[in-house]
Amino acid sequence: MTGSPYALPAIALVTVATLLIGAYGVRFARTTSDFLVASRTVTPGWNASAISGEYLSAASFLGVAGLVMKYGADVLWYPVGFTAGYLAMLLFVAAPLRRSGAFTLPDFAEARLGSRRLRLICAGFVVLIGWLYLVPQLQGAGLTLGTVTGAPYWLGAVVVGVVVTANVATGGMRSITFVQAFQYWLKLTALAVPAFFLLLVWRGGGTDSLTADDVPVFPAETTVDVQVDVTVTVVEPVALVADGLVDGTAVDGPLRWQPGPHDIAKGTELTFPVGAPVPHADQLDALDNATWAIPLSTGGGHPEFPLFATYSLILATFLGTMGLPHVLVRFYTNPDGRAARRTTLLVLGLLGVFYLLPTVYGALGRLYTPQLLLTGQTDAAVLLLPGAAIGGLGGQLLGALVAAGAFAAFLSTSSGLLVSVAGVLSTDVVGRGSVRSFRRAAAVAGIVPLVLTLQVVSLDVSVVVGLAFAVAASTFCPLLVLGIWWRGLTDAGAAAGLLAGGMLSTGAVLITVLGGARGGWLGVLLAQPAALTVPVAFFVMVVVSRLTARRVPSDIGRIMVVLHAPESLGVRRP
Amino acid sequence: MQTAVVVLALLLVAVLLVPAVSRQRQRRGFSTVDERVAFQALHLASQAAPPLRVGLTSQSAARAAKHLRELLGVPAIAMTNADGLLTWEGPGEHHSTHLVEAADGPLRSGRSTVIAYGDLTCADPDCPVRGAVVVPIAVDERVVGTLIATTGQEPRIGLLRATTETARWVSTQLELAELDLSRAALAQAEVRALRAQISPHFIYNALTAIASFVRTDPERARELLLEFAEFTRYSFRSQGDFTTLAEELHNIERYLTLERARFGDRLQARLQVAPEVLSVAVPFLALQPLVENAVRHGLAGKVGVGTISIVALDAGAECHISIEDDGVGMDPESLLTYDAPGDADRTGGRDHVGLGNVDDRLRSVFGDDYGLVVETALGAGTKVSMRIPKFAAGVRAS
Repeated sequence: MTGSPYALPAIALVTVATLLIGAYGVRFARTTSDFLVASRTVTPGWNASAISGEYLSAASFLGVAGLVMKYGADVLWYPVGFTAGYLAMLLFVAAPLRRSGAFTLPDFAEARLGSRRLRLICAGFVVLIGWLYLVPQLQGAGLTLGTVTGAPYWLGAVVVGVVVTANVATGGMRSITFVQAFQYWLKLTALAVPAFFLLLVWRGGGTDSLTADDVPVFPAETTVDVQVDVTVTVVEPVALVADGLVDGTAVDGPLRWQPGPHDIAKGTELTFPVGAPVPHADQLDALDNATWAIPLSTGGGHPEFPLFATYSLILATFLGTMGLPHVLVRFYTNPDGRAARRTTLLVLGLLGVFYLLPTVYGALGRLYTPQLLLTGQTDAAVLLLPGAAIGGLGGQLLGALVAAGAFAAFLSTSSGLLVSVAGVLSTDVVGRGSVRSFRRAAAVAGIVPLVLTLQVVSLDVSVVVGLAFAVAASTFCPLLVLGIWWRGLTDAGAAAGLLAGGMLSTGAVLITVLGGARGGWLGVLLAQPAALTVPVAFFVMVVVSRLTARRVPSDIGRIMVVLHAPESLGVRRP
Repeated sequence: MQTAVVVLALLLVAVLLVPAVSRQRQRRGFSTVDERVAFQALHLASQAAPPLRVGLTSQSAARAAKHLRELLGVPAIAMTNADGLLTWEGPGEHHSTHLVEAADGPLRSGRSTVIAYGDLTCADPDCPVRGAVVVPIAVDERVVGTLIATTGQEPRIGLLRATTETARWVSTQLELAELDLSRAALAQAEVRALRAQISPHFIYNALTAIASFVRTDPERARELLLEFAEFTRYSFRSQGDFTTLAEELHNIERYLTLERARFGDRLQARLQVAPEVLSVAVPFLALQPLVENAVRHGLAGKVGVGTISIVALDAGAECHISIEDDGVGMDPESLLTYDAPGDADRTGGRDHVGLGNVDDRLRSVFGDDYGLVVETALGAGTKVSMRIPKFAAGVRAS
């Protein structure tokens, strides 16, 4: 694949700038002799930008467009859910959580239920969710570097993994609010500017229909460099030129494919003539554009049970956001519950604007980079589109901008996650949170997902992130919602619910990630477990709490006042 | 895929088996009957102890009664206090009203009563409660409740003695509970007592400095007096042991304004505060004594400008605060002289009383890992740093 020649310098620039700002930024920006300046709190606007900057990960930047390109309208629930999770958070969690004084989820569990053991269980799930979320970031980095420079997949993952781990371990880039806020605007720009030009090109090129009755075709003579072994399904006979190993025989010259499956070996180059229909990788259905645009046609890869898959996805993303460790710690920066609520509202707006863009890329990807449907690596659509559709120097510069934005996404999200995971590891698992134990924890926290990334089968980036959301929704969502709104929750009930929801969802996720069952009821249940595991977690938590009603904390009334009384009442006294 | 399934299955089996295995282990391994009996009695007693250690309530009584009934081997036991029945464990609860009335005597007199076979009328021929002993529970020689053990036959002296011993054991647990309570109260009182006080020197110096402006610059004098009033209001406030870092910084600003009235431009401040940590809860007046210390050491015995740096950094789950001056420094040896916490004789290091006080309070709130760190040498300035966790159970700014 061909990326822009300016992409590598742009990526390097973003990486170095992020590291430098992280290391020296605060010292320059916040040294003053004026107390008024020094004690100025972070405004909801800045904080919301920072939360969005840390939150928009590889899944949002690359993955959503890739999924939209493959599966169409059904996967629009991913961006909708990623945003609407903050609505659930705004309604149920934001202000009370801030008033509780908790910094992390284990803190909340301890503050609300006063149980050391429950705290440890929570810590375990924070680490688990953090790792699950880190894996797709590193995957995305491998993909981006591979697409831009042709480097092997593992190299990008190792580079980002090592840079972020080393940086966090040595104390740089401690998710500083202003740096993260800057990241949001960088990511928005990196997607918005090329999207603007792409739309211009599309309009200028005659506004080809995206929803007509035909399948994607090659817009120009296209050479595809196949990087992994792939089997494609051909629907109509197609003539092409191949160089490499096709269907088990070495070919170097023209070839004509009959309908049916064809195996292509790694390293083969295929050249398709203009107007040829795109053969699809065999795990994809060759959709015509009209079907692609209709809801419930694909179920995001589960065409047999689109309704279940969709509802499950909605539950996971709507309820999972509140359980993401790196998002929750940001709320601590708000001075009080009111500011927390305002921040969440602004985040909703910022994310809403951002998520319009990946959809544009996904749709236009079917027109300008349909060869990705052949290899199945549609996550690269955002990176390749500017070069493919616009071309020339302009396209290359825009491609570099997008690649730089993607790297900003990996760096900010992974470092935020790594800080959270390492923080929990060093306070609850390894030791008492000294600087040295934090460093050791950061190293462990960084190496584990790196190893996982190199093992995992190549799933779509957004799908893996969706799985992390499912685990969060099946564990921390019940804990937070019931903990904040139900007096009857007990430590035993919370622990039982966490374990039930957590083990079920984790089991499903592990099987999916390691390449287990794909088809049938079991397949969809394992790939989208939230519709089952979230209700189970709630149910177990309520029932066990009822059975152990004697264990309700004796000072529950006081805790509830602390969580819910508005600041203006002035009753928040311990 | 297969490995994943195997790993999951193993995890599940392990989770299910661990409690079963540990329960099995308790039954085995006794070589004599005596060993087993002693173990069982003490084990039941140790299980009944934790609920009683929070005091005598109907909740704690109900949880303890289960184990006490097994310990005594009787059909039902009950516990009462002055307000009536606390809990009834076992069958035959229809006798509770009668027995609570019967417990009135022991509650008042502190002497045990035996209710014989004939005294308990019962319509149910199968009722397992035919007699009972009522034994008072006393804490510090004050009767706080009774323990009632029922029996299916004529109560014998053995039951009375066993119940009396059990009641005495319950009393001991309740006394320990009171001890726990008073220990907690003592710890809190200690924290209160340790609350920093404004140094009298500072009040004297501030007022003298203000007085010097009254004629030359009355407007400034008025402003300084208002600052002084605000400063004292904050420092004398009575409620809440914690405040936010932002509030504490405001107070330091007032303090430095007053000190500047005395030192003028000789006193410079440099601040570097991460906005993320402004809402961290810190012990009330934890920083001000350190700044006071820095002013004293940064300017005293020195010619020219003294600079005080206040740095608060965001460090993941903690906030790192340091206060540094570029003054004459201290002899590290002099710091060690008052280092033992709780040392009554602290007059030797009068200059450092503030430091010791803050150190004690930090340790008592956050634990021994969170004391002050002082880096100093003669002629090399002084740097005092502390770590504050962003969350600690029970610590909230008010």
